[in-house]
Amino acid sequence: MADQAARRKPAIGEIAPPPSERHGLMRGGLLAVLTFLGETGLLSVQAVGSIARYGVNVGDLLNQMAAVGADSIWIILTITCATGAVFAFYITNLAVQIGFTQFVGGTLSYGFLNELGPVLGGVALAARSGAAIAAEIGSMVVTEQVDALRAMAVSPVRYLVVPRVLAAILMLPLLTVLADLAGLLGGMGFAGAAGVPYTEFLLSLRQFVQPLDLINGMIKAIVFGYLIGIIACQQGLRTRGGATGVGRSTTSSVVLCVVMIFLTDLVLAQVLTQRVRHP
Amino acid sequence: MSAITVRNLVYEVSQKRILDDIHLEIAHGEIVSIMGQSGSGKTTLLKLMTGLLKPTSGHILIDDQDITGLSEADLDAVRLKMGLVFQYAALFDSLNVYDNILFGVVRHKRLSRKELDAIVRDRLDQVDLEGIEKRYPAELSGGMQKRVGLARALAMKPSIVFYDEPTSGLDPITVNTIDELIMDTRRREEVTSVVVSHHLPSIFRISDKVAMLHEGKIIIYDTPEKVQASADPIVQTFIHPERNEKEENSPHEGAQAERQRPETLPR
Repeated sequence: MADQAARRKPAIGEIAPPPSERHGLMRGGLLAVLTFLGETGLLSVQAVGSIARYGVNVGDLLNQMAAVGADSIWIILTITCATGAVFAFYITNLAVQIGFTQFVGGTLSYGFLNELGPVLGGVALAARSGAAIAAEIGSMVVTEQVDALRAMAVSPVRYLVVPRVLAAILMLPLLTVLADLAGLLGGMGFAGAAGVPYTEFLLSLRQFVQPLDLINGMIKAIVFGYLIGIIACQQGLRTRGGATGVGRSTTSSVVLCVVMIFLTDLVLAQVLTQRVRHP
Repeated sequence: MSAITVRNLVYEVSQKRILDDIHLEIAHGEIVSIMGQSGSGKTTLLKLMTGLLKPTSGHILIDDQDITGLSEADLDAVRLKMGLVFQYAALFDSLNVYDNILFGVVRHKRLSRKELDAIVRDRLDQVDLEGIEKRYPAELSGGMQKRVGLARALAMKPSIVFYDEPTSGLDPITVNTIDELIMDTRRREEVTSVVVSHHLPSIFRISDKVAMLHEGKIIIYDTPEKVQASADPIVQTFIHPERNEKEENSPHEGAQAERQRPETLPR
């Protein structure tokens, strides 16, 4: 039977591999996931060890923070402002129809501070700065610049990984605050145009939103910042094979960062919501 | 005491043996060249000697200290004695020549601005590239990048300098300049030099000893004169590929050479 299945001609358009190959792919996929988790964990431990042993080069850190902020701020402001406006458009449409316009500001703010601000900020940071980090480190690997660091007794973890991961951890919460403001401004503008007065919007915001919502968003931003920094560095450092390899690492970095942001968000949303006390 | 001792060195990747039972003894102040065909394991041997790769088995001693079992942090102390000149220079794109040269120095020594300026000036003067401190690697030619790479490697005043293909892809005049620099560096700094290359005129001109790698093994390690006079057909085919070509073109001798030649030699 197995021989028959193996000899069976694949149907036109069929892409599923034969069973034996499928098991191989599953094994390969599992191995890739374990390798990724292992390497990322090891790099995190090395980065913490480096900070404990050598501290942080403030100059390198400030350079990276400036690069991360400058790279991502306009993308983050643009997409969060637009998302706030679209979100407000749908909520206001519904609210006007069924008469609960006093909830529009609160709903939008609650959603933005807890979820949309950090997640959209994280995705934008992963796409812009995470990709740039993976590409830069990947290029350094294939042009032997990372070997040159080691040959000069300079640890790549200390010089490349620590400042980039810390920059992402420190900058994403700041960018998230700006993202929240941009989203709320976009939402308030659109809601105002659709018939929800600004005073009612702000009153609703004050009624429904607590400082804890902002803190929850900041906690998410810190975790996402760490994930983006460490994954981008790990993907950059494992680059092999010239320009093609750099392209592959950059793409993988963005994909892995975005997937990890959403998976971690799933857990964080559950954990952090337990802390919130709403009226 | 030797500057570098390599004993029973084996290096394997995915169960493929890249280097097999390598032995080398390099005295202080010597210039030793390692030659061999592309893919024979020359650069791998260099990276093993600098601790950038870990061997599968065997020992590498730098000034009688075995580096094979050292952690990355402990290796750093040994690496401060070494300078490495990379095949494609490996200068940091984001830094100018001044910062590239001082990259290691500022991270390991506390020096005043005047002292740092003096190091850059001296090293650029040594490689005959004065006045390019503010330029970035992308603004330099391949030969200039290699010379800046050498200046960077020498900035820490190493006692051993490793050169990976220092003359590959360069014009004959720049090749000559690089050769002079390697010899001049030995004279001025009394450094031990290990040069990986397959540029034969340079090898025989600058070296005190020459090792030839073939299929992961060192098949000869001797003075340039003795290597050139070696009767080993593999060595002779590598040194005089044109003779081999002539023999191939002559019907009678070509057939004889074909019978004698190992399969792995260049065709």
